[in-house]
Amino acid sequence: MNCRTATRLLSEKLERPLSRGERIALWFHCLMCGGCRNFGRHLTQLRVLAQRFARSGDRT
Amino acid sequence: MNTAAPAADPNDLTDPAFLETLRRQMLKFAILQLGDAHIAEDAVQEALIGALKNAGSFRRGAALKTWVFAILKNKIADVLRQRQRMNLANPAPATEDDGDEWGESFDRKGYWQPAERPLAWADPEGALESVHFWRVFETCLEHLPASQARVFMMREMIELNSDEVCAAAGITVSNLHVMLYRARLRLRECLENHWFKPGRGS
Repeated sequence: MNCRTATRLLSEKLERPLSRGERIALWFHCLMCGGCRNFGRHLTQLRVLAQRFARSGDRT
Repeated sequence: MNTAAPAADPNDLTDPAFLETLRRQMLKFAILQLGDAHIAEDAVQEALIGALKNAGSFRRGAALKTWVFAILKNKIADVLRQRQRMNLANPAPATEDDGDEWGESFDRKGYWQPAERPLAWADPEGALESVHFWRVFETCLEHLPASQARVFMMREMIELNSDEVCAAAGITVSNLHVMLYRARLRLRECLENHWFKPGRGS
């Protein structure tokens, strides 16, 4: 698995349950790849940020 | 956002300047969602009328805004669901700028370009309290291709589920996954370049 596939699965993980094979391959890739580990964390944070942004509506 | 903000005038919604600012924010949000300025105007109008009717029960500016945006989100979700029922969904151009951004983030074998490798974000909690951060966030959002932004906002801001977004936008599930992936990829990179790692360039 390369980073492009790993990041795609990290995004899809927020949309659908990954298969067992996908989970294992992704876990193994992230074990070796700090960039993709960070990417996964950022996606979770991005979701929180988007919800906060929408709820506040106040950025002025 | 910040609950420690000073208490605002309870009659915020009767202040024309405040109301106009709020209306503009709402409209921007609604246009991105609905892709049609007239329908967006209507949704904002209805949300504001609903809010004005009950404005007296809200004491503070922040709570007031949160509440008005919640009303607007419901209005937008109604329009989107109605569109889906009436089968009027205009299919989003999901193939717009197909695949170009891969080249920027990943090398030919699909691994991160050294300069694009995601870094650990410093103090993400602190960003939430920064007015400037939210401006950066908004700007990054505006720089997404419109169809990506719309889908991303439906999913993450209006908090529709995957099926509802697909139906409202007239796209397939796999289309949705690709569009959300691209939107997240871009938004993440934009935030990292312009906030979490300043000086890194863009």
